[in-house]
Amino acid sequence: MEALIALSIGVLTGCGVYLVLRARTFPVVLGLTLLSYAVNLFLFATGRLVVGQPPVIGGGTYTDPLPQALVLTAIVIGFAMTAFVIMLALRARAELGNDHVDGER
Amino acid sequence: MSLFLAILTPFFGAPLVAWLALRGRPQAAWAAGGVTLLALVQLLPAFAAAFSGATTIERLDWIPTAGLDLAFRLDGLGLLFALLILGIGLLVILYAHYYLSAQDSLGRLYAYLLLFMGSMLGVVLSENLIQLLIFWELTSLSSFLLIAYWRRREAARRGARLALAITGAGGLAMLAGFLLLGEMVGSYELSVVLASGDVIRAHPLYVPTLVLILLGAFTKSAQFPFHFWLPHAMAAPTPVSAYLHSATMVKAGVFLLARLFPALSGTPEWTWLVGGVGVATLLVGAVIALFKHDLKGLLAYSTISHLGLVTALFGIGTPLAAVAGVFHIINHAIFKAGLFMAAGIIDHECGTRDMRRINGLWKYMPHTAVLAMVASAAMAGVPLFNGFLSKEMFFAEAHAAAADWRVGIFLPAAVTVAGIFAVAYSLRFIHDVFFNGEPIDLPKTPHEPPRWMKVPVEILVVLCLLVGMFPAQTVEPLLAVAAGAVLQGPLPEHDLAIWHGVSPALWMSVIALVGGVLLYLGRHPLYGLHDHLAGRLDARAIYEHGLRTIIDFARRILARLEAIGLQHQAAVLILAAFVLGSAGMLGAAAPLTGTRPLLPVDGVSLLAVLTLIGATLAVTVLHRRRLTALIIVGAVGLIVALAFIKFSAPDLALTQLSVEVVTIVLLLLALYFLPPETPAESSQSRRWRDGTLAVLAGGGAAALAWAVLTRPTSSFADWFLANSVTGGGGTNVVNVILVDFRGFDTFGEITVLAIAALGIFALLDNLHLPAPGRDAAGRPWDSDIHPLIMATFVRLLLPLALLVSAFIFLRGHNLPGGGFIAGLITAIALIMQYLANGVTWTHARLPAHTHPWIAAGLVIALLTGVASWLFGRPFLTSTFGHPSLPLIGELPLASAMAFDLGVYLVVVGATLLILINLGMAHSVSHEEDRAREGTWKP
Repeated sequence: MEALIALSIGVLTGCGVYLVLRARTFPVVLGLTLLSYAVNLFLFATGRLVVGQPPVIGGGTYTDPLPQALVLTAIVIGFAMTAFVIMLALRARAELGNDHVDGER
Repeated sequence: MSLFLAILTPFFGAPLVAWLALRGRPQAAWAAGGVTLLALVQLLPAFAAAFSGATTIERLDWIPTAGLDLAFRLDGLGLLFALLILGIGLLVILYAHYYLSAQDSLGRLYAYLLLFMGSMLGVVLSENLIQLLIFWELTSLSSFLLIAYWRRREAARRGARLALAITGAGGLAMLAGFLLLGEMVGSYELSVVLASGDVIRAHPLYVPTLVLILLGAFTKSAQFPFHFWLPHAMAAPTPVSAYLHSATMVKAGVFLLARLFPALSGTPEWTWLVGGVGVATLLVGAVIALFKHDLKGLLAYSTISHLGLVTALFGIGTPLAAVAGVFHIINHAIFKAGLFMAAGIIDHECGTRDMRRINGLWKYMPHTAVLAMVASAAMAGVPLFNGFLSKEMFFAEAHAAAADWRVGIFLPAAVTVAGIFAVAYSLRFIHDVFFNGEPIDLPKTPHEPPRWMKVPVEILVVLCLLVGMFPAQTVEPLLAVAAGAVLQGPLPEHDLAIWHGVSPALWMSVIALVGGVLLYLGRHPLYGLHDHLAGRLDARAIYEHGLRTIIDFARRILARLEAIGLQHQAAVLILAAFVLGSAGMLGAAAPLTGTRPLLPVDGVSLLAVLTLIGATLAVTVLHRRRLTALIIVGAVGLIVALAFIKFSAPDLALTQLSVEVVTIVLLLLALYFLPPETPAESSQSRRWRDGTLAVLAGGGAAALAWAVLTRPTSSFADWFLANSVTGGGGTNVVNVILVDFRGFDTFGEITVLAIAALGIFALLDNLHLPAPGRDAAGRPWDSDIHPLIMATFVRLLLPLALLVSAFIFLRGHNLPGGGFIAGLITAIALIMQYLANGVTWTHARLPAHTHPWIAAGLVIALLTGVASWLFGRPFLTSTFGHPSLPLIGELPLASAMAFDLGVYLVVVGATLLILINLGMAHSVSHEEDRAREGTWKP
């Protein structure tokens, strides 16, 4: 199971990097979204993979709650960042007349 | 507390005075004077103690874990400087009221002056070295504001920047020196440092420490070769020059030499560095001063020279020299402040400061002339004036030190030459300005200034005379306690008499006086020589050249980086991260795979992971068809949420699900304004390069994740689990961490969210985007944009969705849920109304702007934190109880729930702000487009 999760993180990172390197803004935003999934999964994985032991008191044994708390806010902040970048892209399109990451080519 | 309050008083007074200045100039002057007096009164008990030889020390906890306290100290030296700062401050406030013309803002000047006053008090009254440095930098900043007071003038802005760069850089060096000093003695407290002189001097790092601290002191006190910022600081209004750039701030450097005298002095390095730089500054300043045609320029170089004199005295390093140094600090502050004020009066009345044009003012302003002459005589070191006493002590020390320094005649000769030039430039100040024929082409006809403008000068001049004639009765007690604090030991025998009999020092004085008069008589050929040489060696030109070189270098690098474009930059960044990361991994001896037992793979998980990988690859392959790619990204996000469910993270799954919905809606809205397809424009080689980078980065991330996942964990999770119920009153540990244990982090995060939302609001302001008339396949948009069935159902669903969100919110402390998730659910429910019913319909029923929601959320979160102060607890300490309500039963209530409510409001407000504003841009362009095609049915 650990290998599958590590592989997923790897594929998400790789595809995210490839898309971030594209020349137009929208694929870059998609790439950033994939990268956020990868980063969130990785941060979450620092608490290791534990099945059926949510950190809600009453169950007896629990997984590590701290990475979960960190990732929870990271997901929300990640949304804010995605929103900011896509708005920046819209503004750039309005000001520069195209959606190339360097403004014009 | 009185020291701390006295330092705070001017800081609080500054805005008050600026506000009162709107009522009128006299009110501002009275208030500024009142604030200064108030600070003085608060210090009186400590003053009295210092006069009896006691040191007042006050301490307040600041960052106890880092060994940092707010610590204040007032001993003899602090007493002397506090008196100078507040006393001369009062005179300057009175003077500035008459100096500044009606169109200049007096309130701004007073506010800056008070800021400076508080900072300077902080420097001289600090017991902690780091705290001293903070105030030290504050004086640099307030000096910057004051030099640039006339901000429309180019010279003022350049002078301010120059001063800030030089003194700021010196302050940084000094910080490094202080840190070393703190490491050596194990404390930043002055009391400890001053008592550890032997440890410091014997330490192998003594020399670097000394050099770093001296860099700070020398730049601040305008010592050669850093002296060149001070003349350019004369672009400031004259009250500022009198106060900061002669009497107080430039004395901060010599104050530090005096303060750390017991800790650092007494080594050959100290003697040569401090003494050498002091004598060089003394000579350079005195010589250049004679040739300055600008009245304030002459005084500025004279100030540099006198600061060099004080530095040289501390460099000589004998106890008697230190006494003389302290004495000259007092004398110079008195006569130079007076001279600057007199120069300001002359400038004010003549409209120019050029001594080649200002002549013969004796006829026009005899009273001012007398005042200026007395102060000049003190500056020249004429007997019966205060400057003579300390200067003769200096001559005597220089003569006595000549034997020890093994420099023979050089030192006495150098200081005598400086003395000759000092007499000459003082004579020039008197003769050129007040005699020497008639004024030439002045913009104004000079006359005496207003009565009260002269009062500060008169007070200072009377002090010059009193100290000069009756030193033992006037200045001796103050000098004794101040010098005693410098030496931290018994005072040497010293005699402040005017007549010491025929001694070498007397002969040096005589030579200086006679030589100075002769030099002045022969000045004209020298002017020619100076004009010929001037500009050959200008320290400022060298500085500016160096600065330009650095800036050009940075510009070239930036231009290179920008020229390659964002894509290459990102590629370089990712490659660098990969290289550094793998270098770290390959260097480690540990195997990649750890010892943790692995979880078995089940069929459903395998299917989910394969779907995730397939979908991710599909996004990459299909990314040029944007809508398709976006839909697949949504699928990827959903599988990530499933992974969170599988691995015991229900809160994360809920958050991920709701964020996913919001993100996809947002990106769909944005896609409307962007081209539906990405053109195929990457070359084959570019795709190969990016693909290689992607494989490398992905492989690295997978390897890292594998290494982490297969290792046993050890974290402080147990603490959170054990204390969640007892300490936070909730069983959902993740939520308790968010709103309680790490509530301060969460507070920061919702603030970031709020700022991002406001930034987006600003980005969308006045955004005009071309809207496509047709969809990607070339079909016109559907005329039924708000389908009836969807609109009706969404309206019906709203109460239910809000109920779910309230439920999720309330149970969040004990079961999966909480403010973040509930906020997202509410936001989605409301956004659905916009999507289904349109902006117009929804705006009529919901507030158009959600800024107040964000603000309310932040305020509630903040107040919850502050409330715990009322109970004497640290910020954001939470409390909880289980009140029993009729019908509902026992209700778990924690104060953290109020904090969570703040989180909830910020999340709802920010999400709605982002989506609604984009949706409005959307609907505007959509309707314009329909109006153009003539198909719009209102």
